[in-house]
This record gives sequence, structure tokens and C-alpha cells, in this order.
Amino acid sequence: MLNSLLVVALVAIIAWLGAAIGLGSLFGVVLPYVAIVVFLGGVVWRMVWWAKSPVPFAIPTTGGQEKSLDFIKQAQWDCPDTTLGVVKRMFLEVFLFRSLFRNVNAEIKQDDPVNGGPRLIYYSSKWLWVFALLFHYCFFIVFFRHFRFFVDPVPGCVSFMEMIDGFLQIGAPRFYLTGGLLLVAVLFLIGRRLVNPRVRYISLTQDYFPLFLILGIVVSGIAMRYFLKTDITQVKAFVMGLVHFNPISADGIDPIFFVHVCLVSTLLIYFPFSKLTHMAGIFFSPTRNLPCNTRRVRHVNPWNPPKDFLTYPEYEDLYREAMAGANLPLDKPLEAETKQKSGE
Amino acid sequence: MAKLPTPQELVANRPAFPAEAWLETKPKFVPGSYCYPAKKETMEALHMPHPHEWDPAADDWQLPENWEKILCDAFEDRLKKHRSLKLFMDICVRCGACADKCQFFLGTNDPKNMPVLRAELLRSLYRRDYSMLGKILGKKIGARSWDYQTVKELFFYAYQCTECRRCSLFCPYGIDTAEITAIVRELLHEVGLGLHWIMDPVKNCSYTGNHLGIKPHSYVEIVEMLADDCEDIVGVRPKTPFNERGHEILFICPSGDVFADPGIYTFMGYLILFNELDLDYTLSTYASEGGNFGSFVSFNMAKKLNAKMYEEAQRLGCKWILGGECGHMWRVINQYMDTYNGPTPSNMTTPVSPYTGTVFKNAASTKMVHIAEFEADLIRHNKLKLDPSRNDDLICTWHDSCNPARGMGLLDEPRYVLKHVVNHFYEMPENTIREQTFCCGAGSGLNTEEIMELRMRSGMPRGNALRYVQQKYGVNRMACCCAIDRATLPPLADYWAPGVTISGLTELVANALVCKGEHKRTVNLRQEDLPHLDEEEPEGNEGE
Repeated sequence: MLNSLLVVALVAIIAWLGAAIGLGSLFGVVLPYVAIVVFLGGVVWRMVWWAKSPVPFAIPTTGGQEKSLDFIKQAQWDCPDTTLGVVKRMFLEVFLFRSLFRNVNAEIKQDDPVNGGPRLIYYSSKWLWVFALLFHYCFFIVFFRHFRFFVDPVPGCVSFMEMIDGFLQIGAPRFYLTGGLLLVAVLFLIGRRLVNPRVRYISLTQDYFPLFLILGIVVSGIAMRYFLKTDITQVKAFVMGLVHFNPISADGIDPIFFVHVCLVSTLLIYFPFSKLTHMAGIFFSPTRNLPCNTRRVRHVNPWNPPKDFLTYPEYEDLYREAMAGANLPLDKPLEAETKQKSGE
Repeated sequence: MAKLPTPQELVANRPAFPAEAWLETKPKFVPGSYCYPAKKETMEALHMPHPHEWDPAADDWQLPENWEKILCDAFEDRLKKHRSLKLFMDICVRCGACADKCQFFLGTNDPKNMPVLRAELLRSLYRRDYSMLGKILGKKIGARSWDYQTVKELFFYAYQCTECRRCSLFCPYGIDTAEITAIVRELLHEVGLGLHWIMDPVKNCSYTGNHLGIKPHSYVEIVEMLADDCEDIVGVRPKTPFNERGHEILFICPSGDVFADPGIYTFMGYLILFNELDLDYTLSTYASEGGNFGSFVSFNMAKKLNAKMYEEAQRLGCKWILGGECGHMWRVINQYMDTYNGPTPSNMTTPVSPYTGTVFKNAASTKMVHIAEFEADLIRHNKLKLDPSRNDDLICTWHDSCNPARGMGLLDEPRYVLKHVVNHFYEMPENTIREQTFCCGAGSGLNTEEIMELRMRSGMPRGNALRYVQQKYGVNRMACCCAIDRATLPPLADYWAPGVTISGLTELVANALVCKGEHKRTVNLRQEDLPHLDEEEPEGNEGE
């Protein structure tokens, strides 16, 4: 945990110092280009690595009643049997975190009056789901809002999003709700890793690292906008230079900007080599992306080995006498066999 | 077997999490914590790699000299073969949503029984070989090398998972621990590590057609005996067709139903039902096993044991296969069989119920119908005359077996049947049934005596839920459609909810089934007195 925090802090400090001693173009130009190339290339490379292995078996988790008889109601969302159904299931999974929504918390009550002894009780536990949704959606909106820096003139949808996001009309520059919520959500996700003994026990360095990284990104972003009030026109001109592959001088931009950019770049570079690939991976998950029609449609395994088993003739050879004794029908009658033997 | 602690003690004495990080702790192999290893002869007979004698409690497991290379190569091979494995190694974010979804974790409080850590045992090895940072940073980011203790740890926890898939339902990415456990078990088999309780049935099934090693003549004898019992109870002797050609349907059920109490009552139920329907079917001594312990060993072993079904349907010229009540059998049939051993032989056609004309389109390719689907359809079309009051001594609940629930989605068909054959039915709490069901805690080959305490621990969630409906509604019977359940749930019920008995679905159907030509039924299939016997015959006084 501390390691991750230290690494993130180190990255931020290096960027700050670098920018302060005039290496702005390194952190503001070279690094973002590298990061985007690594990110895009890396994610594609990861997806290709997954795709190179086949899906030998159709193993969807049936999350409800299968499609069977006419009078039995199918759980269409959780046990889809058609491609359209799978698309719907994946939609729920990707956009609404369906499976996480099921989450319950199991607790043991030692002396339950009904059971007259121990009893497991399941409490609805939607906090993780709420904050996970909040985190991902806020992150997305914040990312989307940033297009005001990448595109000129600013597209209408971006301005609209900014308007909605700032509807509270607090402060100047106006406070964006998603920025604040993202901070809250990240803090919740970090806090839960520290406080919940089970999650704390399973957490690794690479679980804290992206959280601290994102925390750093959010904090530097908020600091830039609300506290240090970085010159936005200058930043936009600089970013547009990057977008048009015609970088301009970074002189005069507050070092915090380079801290922000450097942390984002670190996230992008780290992304393809980490658990963050769950963003692409969810689409590959065979327990979710296959239709529950496995008795209706044959799934083909490309490495299906040849059949190797005790065939019926071999079986009959093993037990022919006993089978004859039990009056079981035989493919090769007992007499024929004995005759054959005596004939030889 | 050591004496079991009381349920209160068992819950209270679950240890706290260890102080050390999970990479530092190692499992202790003490009697009761592990299943007995497979015998060398068994492994030899099955041509498994590196058959050898070994003792899990010993320091030296007698692994082959180059075990590390074998395991690394096998792991690489599995990564190449299964996209699921690559993906599940890469995308887990360790959110912990799966942690308290596992019955082994709930019962033992061992952190490595949290599905996330169970997978992490393998993921830590993956990180070393398949990620740049893992190579450089090692333990700091949860990467580690293969060593003897790691192999032991993988073995320990791969056999504390029943592959029930409950965690996969709650995982936001659908990471399926069953898949990981199955692959870890495959890897361990590469260096000759397997369980006696799994490999012995596999060997039997390979050579005699069923797990119990019942030879053809004994199989016939047992079934005839059960048919005699049916005659005593019903007054009509059911037909017992074996290995006959030219029937429309081949019927295959788990061999546990032929052999073990209370499964035999379910088998008697099949016989009585089929006789009443005058079903055009045959049994087979060759394909006399629906279950598939091979699926607890490796994908290829599962394929091998499963191959007999289509082979026999082809030889006997059957149009489709009707399958009995078994959990993992249906996981294999529903999600693997067609892939393993299909396409089906040319004589097979899409199953059609001969009585209702219902076309089982959902089984168009595999051509295999679950008996609960078949029965539900019959009842829906009023093809069965049922008197549910014969089951009035039973207050029932329904245990969704893990495989039909999360590997098939068979949830409402059995309920539909059950509600028509019993008058008293209560569901267990909603987080313990249907797709969220807890398994018996001893599936996937763990239904062995030597780990009884562990089984009671993993059975705690099911046991608690059963206890709850027993106390609240007086439930005294838990029905299920799984042969492993019928073997494992009786001791679980005796421990967690004494007084509750276990049965299959078709046993209850046959109790209620009014057969043509039957004598006055006085006992149920268990030869226990029927309820309402001492009541006066209504003789039409009641006015229907």
C-alpha cells in the first residue's frame, strides 16, 4: 500500500521538478505521445493475446431459468439463449454492473432464535456497486469533458455535458459535480481496501497503485482548476498543438499541469499490463458473452481430441459370459465365440 | 473418523485470519483436512501420467524429478487452450465480491478459500512467467516461483472447491473458479496427484460402464430387485428393458440411483413412471452411468467417460436420450457433451415427447432431455394422474443443485413438478436457492468420509438454510435432483437439521402417481405407511 503511494508521489514530484527546471516538453509532449501509443498498442496486444486462445467450451453462467418449455418463464436477461439476449446481458453487465448488483453480505449469527443455533444471514450490500458505478461513470464524464481541450471548436455535446455537470452553479470556475464525486468514489475504494479486513487481506500493491494514481490525477486536476487556476487558454493552445502534431512551447504553464499530464500518462502506460484491462476483458468473458443455448446449438472445440474410450464391442468382450448369464442381448452371441475358438 | 464438533462449536472455532500475508502461510496436512490419494494401480490402469504411491501428510510427495518443468509446460499448454484461463488470470481486480459467496470460506474462514485467493494461488505463478513486472518485482506484487510447497498448496485448495460456480455469478467479470479449479486439478494430474475417491470411480466407469463398478449381470440383478420392490408397493411390476435395440428412448441416470439409499427410491420412481407411461425405452448396462467423475479430473477424461452415451444410442438405434436426476452429469451434458462427442449419431432426432407432442427444441442438438423437463411437460398436459395427498406426511423444500442451477438453468421445471406432487412446499431463504443456491459442500468428488468435518463446514450455508425452514415451517424433506446430493445431504441434514430426510424428485412423483391396475397403496416407495391411511375412505361424501 505504502509502496504504491510512494511511487505515485515520486512520479508527481519528478514531473513537478522536471517542469520547474524546464523539461516541460519532455513531460508535456514526449510522454503523452509515448503513453497513447503504449496504451493503444498495449490494449490491442492484450486483446490479441486473449483472442489467440480459443474458447473450447461454452460455459455461460446461467443466472436464472433457462429457455425450455413454453410454460416455464425464461430469465431473459440473466439466462439469454439468443445473440440479442446476450447483447442485453452484456449491456447490463458493462453499463450497470449487473453481477455486482447481486452482492450480499453473509454474516453468521451464533444464536439465532429461529434456528436455535448458528444461522447465516444475508444482508443486502450495494455499497460496492454504488461506488463502483459512481467511480466509473464520473471517470467517464470527466474524461469526456476533457474533449474541450482536444477539439476546437468545442463540440456541442461536450458543452452540454459541462452545463449539466456544473448545474449546481457553485463557485468560479464553476464546480463540476463529477470531479467531486470521482474523488469521493476513489477515496471510498481506497478506504474499503484498508478497512474491510477481507479486502485488505487480498489487496496487492497493484490494487492500490491505480487507485492512488487516479487519486493523484483527480487531486491535481481539481487543484489546477479551482485552486491554482491555471490559465486555461494557454493549456488549450498547448494541447491543441499536441493534437495537431505541432507541439508548441510549454513555457509559462504552471508545473501542476505537467504533474497532471504525467500521472495520466503513467496510468495509460500502466493500463495494458495490469488488471485495468478488465475494461476490455469483460467483453471476452465466456461465462457472460455466450448464449445459454448449449443443448440447442453445438459449440465446436478446435482442439477437440479424438475419442478414446471403452467401446461397446470391447465391453461385450469383457463381460460376454456374464451378460449371457443375465440374458442380456449380445451383439456377438456366446455360442459364436466358443465355436470360433474351438474351430481354430 | 474423528468426532465432529457441535454446530455451535464448529462455527465458533473457525480461526481468525492469520497475521502473515497469504504468500507466507502454508496449509497443514493433518488427517481430516485432505482426501486420500489415488492408488498407483488405478492411475496405471487409466494411463495417467506418473502413477505413484504418496502420502499427502508426508514431506516428500514423490513427484517426478522434472516436476517444475512438467507443471510450467502444462500451464502454458492450458493457457494456449483456454481463453478463459488467460482472461481470468488477467482481469481480476480483487474487489472481494466473491469472498463470502463461497461455502468453503464461510465454513472455514480460511482466507485462501475466498475464490479470489484460490485463483490467486495460480495467478501468483502466472505473474512470474507471464508479466514483466512479476519477473522484476516478484513477491512485492504477489508473484512467486513454483516450489514444492506451492504444489501442495494448489492441491490443498483445488480439493476444497466443489466447482459450484456460485462465485462466478457474483463476479462482475464472470470469473469462474470452477474453471480455474478444474485446470489446477488437470495440472496436478500431470505430476501424478489425484484423489482416490475420484480416480476409483473413474477407473470403474472406464471399464464397467459405471462409477460403482457394477458389472452387467449385477446391474440387472439390482434393477430387477428394485422392480420387485415396486411390484410390492404398487401392485404392478414395471418393465426392465436392458440393452434392447429399436426403442425410441435410451434412459441414462447416475449409477448412484441404482445402488445407494435414498437414490434407489428415485430409481424405483423412474421405473414406475416409465411403466405407467408404457414408455418405449431401454436401459443400458454399458452406458449405465450418467454421472461423470472424469469431469473432476480433466476435460479429456470427462470426454472419455461421456462418449459411451452417444455410442450406445447409436448402437441401439435410439432417437433420443432421457437423462435422470444428477447434477454434474447435467453440467457435462448441457455444456460439454455435444462439444466433446457430438455431433450426435445420425439415427438420433430432436426429442419429442411421445405423449404430449412437445418438441424439446432446447435440446435440438444434444438430443438429451432432463427428466424434470419431461415430467413437467407431462403434468402440464395432464398426462399423469396424481394424488399429492400421498405425500402429505412430507413438508418439502427444494435444494437447487449447483450444476443444474448455474450450469444449466434448470430451476422452475423441478419446482413445477414438485408443486404438483406434494401439498406442502416451502422455499429456503432467497439467497440460498435458485441461481444463488449453495451446493451440498461435497460435490466434484469431495463426498468422501475422511473429510467429514470439512464437509459439514462447507455444508454450513445449506445446512443453516435448511434448519431455518425446518424450524419455521416444519420442513422434514429436502428434495433435489442430484445423486451426489442424495449421498451427501443426508449426513449434512443429520448434522445441521436433524430430522430432515432427502429424496429425489421422481421418488415423490411415483409416490403420488396413480397407476393403472395398482392395488390399494398403503406404503410409499420407502415402505413407510402412507398418510391418511387410518382415515375413513371418503366414498364420495366429500363432494368434489
